[in-house]
Amino acid sequence: MIEKALKGSTGYWVWMLFLLSIMGVGGLCYVQQFNYGLGITGMSRDVTWGVYISQFTFLVGVAAGGLMLVLPYYIHNYKAFGRIVILGEFMAIAAIAMCLMFIIADLGQPMRAMNVLLHPTPHSMLFWDMIVLNGYLVLNVLCGWVVLQSEYKGIKYPKWIKPFIYLSIPWAISIHTVTAFLYCGLPGRHFWLTAILAPRFLASAFAAGPALLMVIAMILKKTTKFDVGREAQDKLVTIIGYAAMLNFFFLGCEFFVAYYSQIPGHMHTLDYLFWGLGHGDEVFNNLVPFMRASVVMGLAGIALIFVSRAKQSDGLLVVSCLLIFIAFWIDKGLGLVLGGFVPNMMDQVTEYYPSVQELGITAAIWATGFFILSILYKVAISVKLEKEA
Amino acid sequence: MTSPIWFKSGDAGKMPKPEKPKDYTECVAPTEFMRTSHMVLLNQWRDDILREDGARTGKTPNGTEYVRSLQNGCMKCHSDKKKFCDTCHNYTSVKPYCWDCHLQPKEAM
Amino acid sequence: MDSKRRDFLKIAGLTAIAGIAAPSAFNSLLKGEAVASEHGAAAAGAHGAAAPTGKRWGMVIDVKKFTENPGLAEKCVSTCHTIHNVPDFGNKKDEIKWIWVDSFKHVFPDDSSQYKKPEALDSLPILTLCNHCDNPPCVRACPTQATFKSKDGVVGMDYHRCIGCRFCMAACPYGARSFNWRDPRGKDANGQPFIKAENPKFPTRMRGVVEKCNFCTERLAIGQIPACVEVAAQSKALVFGDLNDPNSEISQVLKTTFTIQRKPSAGTHPSLFYII
Repeated sequence: MIEKALKGSTGYWVWMLFLLSIMGVGGLCYVQQFNYGLGITGMSRDVTWGVYISQFTFLVGVAAGGLMLVLPYYIHNYKAFGRIVILGEFMAIAAIAMCLMFIIADLGQPMRAMNVLLHPTPHSMLFWDMIVLNGYLVLNVLCGWVVLQSEYKGIKYPKWIKPFIYLSIPWAISIHTVTAFLYCGLPGRHFWLTAILAPRFLASAFAAGPALLMVIAMILKKTTKFDVGREAQDKLVTIIGYAAMLNFFFLGCEFFVAYYSQIPGHMHTLDYLFWGLGHGDEVFNNLVPFMRASVVMGLAGIALIFVSRAKQSDGLLVVSCLLIFIAFWIDKGLGLVLGGFVPNMMDQVTEYYPSVQELGITAAIWATGFFILSILYKVAISVKLEKEA
Repeated sequence: MTSPIWFKSGDAGKMPKPEKPKDYTECVAPTEFMRTSHMVLLNQWRDDILREDGARTGKTPNGTEYVRSLQNGCMKCHSDKKKFCDTCHNYTSVKPYCWDCHLQPKEAM
Repeated sequence: MDSKRRDFLKIAGLTAIAGIAAPSAFNSLLKGEAVASEHGAAAAGAHGAAAPTGKRWGMVIDVKKFTENPGLAEKCVSTCHTIHNVPDFGNKKDEIKWIWVDSFKHVFPDDSSQYKKPEALDSLPILTLCNHCDNPPCVRACPTQATFKSKDGVVGMDYHRCIGCRFCMAACPYGARSFNWRDPRGKDANGQPFIKAENPKFPTRMRGVVEKCNFCTERLAIGQIPACVEVAAQSKALVFGDLNDPNSEISQVLKTTFTIQRKPSAGTHPSLFYII
């Protein structure tokens, strides 16, 4: 089946070459980082996790978002998702691959990454993260490929794949819960130390993942003959809309707890993110415009996505999904991870700005993810279009 | 394409000749053992001393006392890294990262 | 393949898996029992029932005495950093510090200094270092056990195993850890090495690993006290000893003087006590 990725239109090859060039530039940046050390990034003694880990956190959510397609189709027999499920599973593969690449890029000693398996540490959440992420990758490769191949052969998928499909459902919840547990179990950082972090992660994941999928599905509708179907589109709008609303409800809960209790530790990070944190004579507010934009964009996206369904407008659908995706990308990517480090454990503020090489590596990993995604989607769409012809 | 195979065929290159320290009596273990397992021994010393609060000195069967440490033990006798450690490591293309942290004696550097 | 052969292979495969898994599961169950009983004893101890065993190193920092000896705290810092080959990169971003002097409101951010004498508090030199907690969140977080709690209460670092994920730095509630963002053996723009005076008896670290105060375990192992304590010995600004020994000097100090600790609500049980 993979040979289907080697045949394509000019547009397809131009796209792949564009991605490869970004990957190349980023690869050179990574060589620089490997030789100099992580000091080449904008991270510091106070902000020890930056763009890499923030992208990783967001992309675990995108990968878990595939669950929103698998669950209705396989458990609740929602046949309308028939064309879109494989897109969700393949998107999860690409997202997990990006997560793993971001972690490797972020390690100070990447050659020692196997130490996590050589010296297993069940009390460490990062150990479990490695297990569940790799497990989810294997599950999605297995399930996606076997089901697609069965379709290609014109037969029903074999019975033995069913347990793996069922396993992938709680496993999807687990990957994002474990990632949330990385943050919400640390006693020092009050912004992260909240029980609602895991539910918030899942809510934003179930909105952002399908939102990205919807945008890609619309692009596929325009560039290929692949159409996921009106019913699938409309149902996905429901899922995205409600998940996004839930996320904002959770954000509202965080605001209430912080500002009603007036506990400084809870308020300070939200101050920094949304209003600017005054410290001495300085006001630190480099993230404020982004965070406020994310709230505005998210709420606008929710309103517009339901309007787009009522008006049956694909263009408005794409705009609203992009708004939601970017809003949650900012919220989880920039706000959550960077916010936990401001103020630092000694009540001081160090702001973070990513460096050029850091952004280059980030772009390259995103490009690699889209490269993998394009290959997998090319295969999936070719098979499905061929079979339905 | 296959030139590397027949270009150097039968020639193992010059055998490494590590220079032993001048006034040594004996090493912490027999030479044959050290040749095959000195890295294992160093790892054992590290895990024992660092994590299990192990003894920092040892005694050979002949009564020679030594410090169980690369920097403060081995390098006290084998003080010239280039003439001892590097000869075999370069021959076998082994690049241990020990000296990224552990300091070599100044005279040899 | 006929169904009898297929059934046999299925049963054989399952038996093989069970045969391999059963003993290891049994083993971990047994180990699990040991862990469970350990847990029980620890919980009992936490509520004052069982007496703690073994050494537990701790330190009392008398801030008043540091105020009476200006420059002493800085001398503790420079001695520690010199004998441990701690590099000085010259900028705050890449900074590595095992021990340093900070202000009251930074070291004790939870302590409300409102209406207290702010000028007096602001000028106090507070020596800050790793607390060597009894219940360290950094040890819980480390995915490779590169940071671990030794039997005598010191939170140690194994630079060979550290993968540089910096999870421990995120976990530490006190900001006690530093990361080697660059090669510590490098040189700055003027050709000056970051490690100004190498101590040949102690290794450096490599880039990409986390480091912090190690309570001078290399000195404790040969019966010496930590370097900072030795520097402050004359003024008795630092009292170091075994917290589990009721007759040690530090136990006497803790019994007779009121001390505070950093962020006690985090439940980390630090081994450092401050007399303000």
